[in-house]
Amino acid sequence: MNSAHLNAAQWHPVCRLDDLVANSGVVAWLDAQPAALFWLPDQEPAIYALAHYDPLGKAEVLAHGLVCESQGEWSVASPLYKQRYRLTDGQCLEEESIKVRTWPVRLVGAEVEVYY
Amino acid sequence: MKKQLLVIGNGMVGQHFIEQFLDAADGDSWEIRVLGEEAYAAYDRVHLSEYFERGQAEDLLLADPAFYQGNKIQLHLNEQALKVDPQARKVTTSKGSYDYDQLVLATGSYPFVPPIEGKDLPHCLVYRTLDDLDAIKASAEGKTKGVVVGGGLLGLEAAHALQKLGLEASVVEFAPRLMPVQLDAEAGKLLRQKIEDLGVKVYTEKATQLIRPGDEHRLCMEFSDSSHLETDLIVFSAGIRPQDALGREAGLKLGERGGILVDNACRTSDPNIYAIGECAIWNNQHFGLVAPGYQMARTAAAAINGDSSVTFTGADMSTKLKLLGVDVGSIGDAHVTTPGAQTYRYLNEIDGIYYKLVVSEDHKKLLGAILVGDNAPYDTLLQYALNGIDLPEQPEALILPSNAGGPPALGADALPDEASICSCHNVTKGDIREAMNDGIMSLGDLKTTTKASTGCGGCAAMLKTVFENELESRGVSVDRSLCEHFSYTRQELFHLVQVEGIRSFEELLEKHGKGGGCEICKPTVASILASCWNEHVHEEPHVSLQDTNDTFMANMQKNGTYSVVPRIPGGEITPEMLIKIGEVGKKYQLYTKITGGQRIDLFGATLDELPLIWEELIAAGFETGHAYGKSLRTVKSCVGNTWCRYGVQDSVSMAIFLENRYKGLRSPHKIKMAVSGCTRECAEAQSKDIGVIATENGWNLFVCGNGGMRPRHADLFATDLSDEELIATIDRVLMFYVRTGDRLQRTSVWLENLEGGLNYLKEVVLEDSLGLGAELEAQMQQVVDTYQCEWKTAIEDPSKRKRFRSYVNADEPRRARIQLVEERGQLIPVRDITEEEVA
Repeated sequence: MNSAHLNAAQWHPVCRLDDLVANSGVVAWLDAQPAALFWLPDQEPAIYALAHYDPLGKAEVLAHGLVCESQGEWSVASPLYKQRYRLTDGQCLEEESIKVRTWPVRLVGAEVEVYY
Repeated sequence: MKKQLLVIGNGMVGQHFIEQFLDAADGDSWEIRVLGEEAYAAYDRVHLSEYFERGQAEDLLLADPAFYQGNKIQLHLNEQALKVDPQARKVTTSKGSYDYDQLVLATGSYPFVPPIEGKDLPHCLVYRTLDDLDAIKASAEGKTKGVVVGGGLLGLEAAHALQKLGLEASVVEFAPRLMPVQLDAEAGKLLRQKIEDLGVKVYTEKATQLIRPGDEHRLCMEFSDSSHLETDLIVFSAGIRPQDALGREAGLKLGERGGILVDNACRTSDPNIYAIGECAIWNNQHFGLVAPGYQMARTAAAAINGDSSVTFTGADMSTKLKLLGVDVGSIGDAHVTTPGAQTYRYLNEIDGIYYKLVVSEDHKKLLGAILVGDNAPYDTLLQYALNGIDLPEQPEALILPSNAGGPPALGADALPDEASICSCHNVTKGDIREAMNDGIMSLGDLKTTTKASTGCGGCAAMLKTVFENELESRGVSVDRSLCEHFSYTRQELFHLVQVEGIRSFEELLEKHGKGGGCEICKPTVASILASCWNEHVHEEPHVSLQDTNDTFMANMQKNGTYSVVPRIPGGEITPEMLIKIGEVGKKYQLYTKITGGQRIDLFGATLDELPLIWEELIAAGFETGHAYGKSLRTVKSCVGNTWCRYGVQDSVSMAIFLENRYKGLRSPHKIKMAVSGCTRECAEAQSKDIGVIATENGWNLFVCGNGGMRPRHADLFATDLSDEELIATIDRVLMFYVRTGDRLQRTSVWLENLEGGLNYLKEVVLEDSLGLGAELEAQMQQVVDTYQCEWKTAIEDPSKRKRFRSYVNADEPRRARIQLVEERGQLIPVRDITEEEVA
């Protein structure tokens, strides 16, 4: 491994809370890839960061899917073929072997920070 | 070597035989050859007159052309069988000869033409095949009068066909009344009155003696009472005769009045030859209906496969039909021939309804019935008659109007297992129970599995009753919840939103739902809210409810980019506007394609490009095309009488008007419309949800058609409407659909599931039976009045525009991350490697 990859992950401010859309998703650029940020004002935690890339639809689309709840679990349904990905851990609910990356995310004041 | 099965005749019964045989047989041990003397494969002769509305033989075909190939059936069309040699087991045709192991004769019947002098003059025709219809059509071209000889079931059908061709139609019947076989004098009189009201002239007790060239018209018919009638063409429909020539020459035994004699297995006097349908005679009876023919087909198919459990032992000749829109039904012993039988009769001259019940001597069993004017009691009466169910205490209640207390309901419970529900496919109540015992739980699956209600469809209501009754008796309550968050149907939610004035998803969820909502209920409720209140999709409470296409008002494509479709009402566009679309496409390097809806689709736009593109399009005068919404797409049109030599109305102006009126209306699914300027139907209106076809006097309205995955011809809904009537009718139909349709249910499926079907819809819309007409129109007017171009509103509002950023934290062009390649001079998404390998 060369040193370029040894940069330890850390918290990065990516946008402000008012850039997010309640109960829906937006896209933020994280260094080398896009992430989908979801804001569910009434839930705890309220903000989630998932890969924007849908491995089943093979395109960067997840932030534009519909946020849905089933049995108390929150997920996003891909706008392409409607598979759902769990917001907490990126697990695809339709295909057990498919999981997308998630990142820790937090709110500092009005600033949204992602750990990458 | 495979055994050779030869079928002569590819009519409805011959075709049914093949299907039944394939179901029953070990497919590999038979080679099947079918000879048809017509140019077309089997078509629906029962609905022959629809040929004049649809104009295409293909629409009437019973089987997909791939059916024959897929089942390795050698279909020889245009090939007439000339001779059967039972000793050599060989059939000689106009083109060759074929050996057989088993032969099935399904040669049908031919029209009987009475021996009248002059019957062979030009323009004396018959009504039996598609070729006959072509000949009638050619003969009618530019003429005004047509006469049908024969006032039976087929004769009245033929008269209907002549009317459809624009002729003044007359029916000449030898007997004192119409349909003498099925009806009594009273019923015949009523039917005559109704048919005359529809513009068909009826002459009874007329014996034609001579046909000669006419003075004012082509032909003149002279009757035995010295009267005469001038006409341009004559259609003979005076009954049918078994087409038994092949059997006769082969030495097969015939019936006393012709027809090939068969036994209970439908076998002829030669053990290797079977006869089915109208060419056959069983027990000296001839069966001129399709259902008994189908029963014979099943019997022969089973017998050839060595199954003797299926037999033909006569058939019920009860009939229910609509003649020129008039309900007529006849059951069993309609003419009271059973000794001791007595009748109950109800005659309502005001509404034109006549019912007669024929009951046994002890008043306990129903032997027969006649119905004119309304067939509503038919299904129930037929079950009483066929199954020998004991009549209620006061049998007359079965035919008295419901305000006299209503007929006692014949519950599906009362039917025995042997009760035949679908006579076309011989499905009994027991078959339905068995299928449900095997796990069938939906009406659709039940139809697929048992084939019930897939023939003439007359038993659909009865099937549904039996199905629901069975579900209930199994303790199954049908869960019609939209999703886990709402235990209501879309229709119920619509009602709640409207009646309680609910304006947001949150409010509806709080009052009537549970949990957080999902990808099913959110867009459904968003659509209902839009239909009711018509607020912008980007208004705060609605923004998170929309599918991505609705959110970004564009259609997401496979690579995550979007396509843009500006509205081009009626498909009319100026050169300047075309150039503008071209300029925008070029500037943003969009892939450009003409759509099926007469507009232009621009592909490959990124999120951040969408508002920029729309700014330019709106400045040039375009509006959003709602290609992304469950809403009106396009109103396709032909050029109409503005340019076309044949056009009779201005179809383009009407299409533009309709498109502008209904644009933006949110509905259960997308809606497509078309307007054609004449009956040539270049706009293909009959494949649309709403189809309008110009007539000399106004507009004909067709509803609930569909192209796509499951094509459906639209139904003729109303004729010769003025502009105002047309708009009011469409307002009502559409708003009723919007209110009562299920989620993602196109109008075609909606209509098929609507209890009471087309007639019910006509009652609600045309006769205002629910008293909803004015309300539906007002609600539509409200949607029209609150229309806004969603894109115009969005680009003018910075807070809405913010939603179209590709990244909230970077201005990097999104396009850099999308791989495109050039093909035929345009950019397209890079193809998947696996996809290319497959290709």
